[in-house]
Amino acid sequence: MQTTSQNFKANSIKALADPNLQQALGKMKVGFVEKRAKARDALPEFDALRDQARDIKNHTLANIDYYLETYEAAVQKSGGVVHWARNAAEARQVVLDICAQEKAKSVTKGKSMVSEEIALNEALEAAGYEVVETDLGEYIIQIRGEAPSHIIAPAVHVLKEQVADDFRRKHLHLDPKRSLVERKELISEARGVLRQKYLDSDVGITGANFLIAETGTSVIVTNEGNGDLTQTLPRVHIVIASMEKIVPTLDDASAILRVLARSATGQEFSSYTTFSTGPKRAADPDGPEAYHVILLDNGRTDMLGTEFEDMLRCIRCGACMNHCPVYGSVGGHAYGWVYPGPMGAVLTPSFIGVADGGHLPNASTFCGRCQDVCPMRIPLPKMMRAYRRKEYEAGLAPPAMRFGMDIWGFVAKRPGLYRLATRLAMGVLGWRGRRQGRFKTLPLASGWTDHRDMAAPSGKTFQDLWDKRHGARTTKDLKREAAQ
Amino acid sequence: MSPPSSRDEILGKIRAARGRSGPVTGAERERLDARLKSRPRGIIPQKARNTGAALVQDFITRAQAVEATVQDISSLSEVPDAVAQYLADHNLPAAVKTAPHADLAQIDWSQRPTLTLSEGRSFGQDKVSLTRAFAGIAETGTLMLLAGPDAPTTLNFLPEHHIVILKRSEIVGAYEDAWDAVRDRLGPDGLLTRVVNMITGPSRTGDIEQTIELGAHGPLGLHILVLAD
Repeated sequence: MQTTSQNFKANSIKALADPNLQQALGKMKVGFVEKRAKARDALPEFDALRDQARDIKNHTLANIDYYLETYEAAVQKSGGVVHWARNAAEARQVVLDICAQEKAKSVTKGKSMVSEEIALNEALEAAGYEVVETDLGEYIIQIRGEAPSHIIAPAVHVLKEQVADDFRRKHLHLDPKRSLVERKELISEARGVLRQKYLDSDVGITGANFLIAETGTSVIVTNEGNGDLTQTLPRVHIVIASMEKIVPTLDDASAILRVLARSATGQEFSSYTTFSTGPKRAADPDGPEAYHVILLDNGRTDMLGTEFEDMLRCIRCGACMNHCPVYGSVGGHAYGWVYPGPMGAVLTPSFIGVADGGHLPNASTFCGRCQDVCPMRIPLPKMMRAYRRKEYEAGLAPPAMRFGMDIWGFVAKRPGLYRLATRLAMGVLGWRGRRQGRFKTLPLASGWTDHRDMAAPSGKTFQDLWDKRHGARTTKDLKREAAQ
Repeated sequence: MSPPSSRDEILGKIRAARGRSGPVTGAERERLDARLKSRPRGIIPQKARNTGAALVQDFITRAQAVEATVQDISSLSEVPDAVAQYLADHNLPAAVKTAPHADLAQIDWSQRPTLTLSEGRSFGQDKVSLTRAFAGIAETGTLMLLAGPDAPTTLNFLPEHHIVILKRSEIVGAYEDAWDAVRDRLGPDGLLTRVVNMITGPSRTGDIEQTIELGAHGPLGLHILVLAD
């Protein structure tokens, strides 16, 4: 997909001014957060399970070549085929080759963020295949010609009334006078329309939440059942999975599943957790004749052994974006590529480069909620800081910011000058603001004061107040105080 | 197809990042092999550790909490009445597609002559299916169904209502307990059945304004008959 991550600021301004989007985001904000908190509180072992999930993934990543090879051998034993793809173009080509070989006409898809990452739909459509997204949210955005704005709730930005308009525009074979007011009516219509698509399709494509080395199994976790129909009814099932989805055993997958749904939707378990191993067996009454897995790298091996390796533990639950004040204000599209929110602010520069994606880590208040709620304990703020540093070092930060940072850096490295400068600034601001107690405008600070008042300082610097209260200055002082 | 060199390049990059020139070898490899074989269990939550009648009750309560309906039956001979009642309660036509399972073949339907029964996979025309579960997992009220000649996967997803028979003795505490039961039953090839379905309540979606509605693409109703044994 075409990236607009470099336009994050402009995208955000547009998002903030979009009343439909703001209404939709308002509906989202409370739901996910409350449901997750409830699920966490209902499971006393939740935090210990998060530590365990982190440890399982760390162990797996430390030996990921071993587990991928073990997995590959197990898939082959079950009659499946494993394809390794270095990048998006290779992965797309594998899918196109399989579709051509199978003389396919139509393709149905379960929800897969990796397929968004490799821009698969565009490639399949350009090659003349009919591509139908079957997850309700994905179907809605497909007929709207949009990208997902949330990794587990792709149509979170769309209001019910907009869905009704889209269905009327798209489902012309149905009675134009039908009622599409209730959610149930919309869901029932989508169910009916999509049902035939599964039955007619030649190839079903799904993602994977896990790949299991022990048994050569791919796992999908869904609520609707569309993923299961997608992989059961067509002749061919293609799984597209990024390589870090691998875990050693069924038990390891089960252990991580305990934190996945709770973090994502606040459910204790999703409706359907499906473990698939190879194609239909000789005596099976249904299932696909062929089973393919595409293992995608696309930048992940470059993250191994770097400060961004922790990000490869991500299980795509979406908790970080559900709890992010920035995401909650601007929604997912402003981020401009496939992965939004805090996880997107790390993955986007990792996958498409700092030049295009390096601006996203700036879209953070560093409140740290993303890290607090991450089931895999990924230090998202630390990695966003690291990308900010990279952006600065690469000379990509805007000139005004670089200029400001350079001045601040110069002053901060000289304690005497720093005291003098801050005393002067606080003194002036304190005196000027003594009547109002706040500023409606301030030179060089319009980015703040255009949207809210700036509180006036007391007139003293923090260091002066600290000294006045005889606060410790050095570690020696601290030790002396502790000894007293 | 992707060139064979892609595989080598990906594995090579992983090994370079790990400071190795080739695969894991020696004692380290033995340790990894042993971990795969021993499948260490992690933390099993307290809520998955009840036994006996309390375990069964946990399963039932949690299945009901996710909008499944549950009915106790004391023998297979009660299945026809239970199914007929469910159909009547939901205004459904008197037709059921059943899985070709040995246990289901034992059921005597002769007292229900108006009920049309057929056996096999579904092609999307069936409103109601009747299948046999492999296990119930009390931890989250989850059913486990194994695909196979006697268990078409389509019956779990295409019909609007899915009725499942589960024996009390098949209810276990944690997911890991269910996997141990699966492993005990593996064939000589050691392969898992093509699909293992964990089903927790009926199909649902929150994709329209984050409000949960049942019956998205899979069944709108999931009815579990818990059979005493």
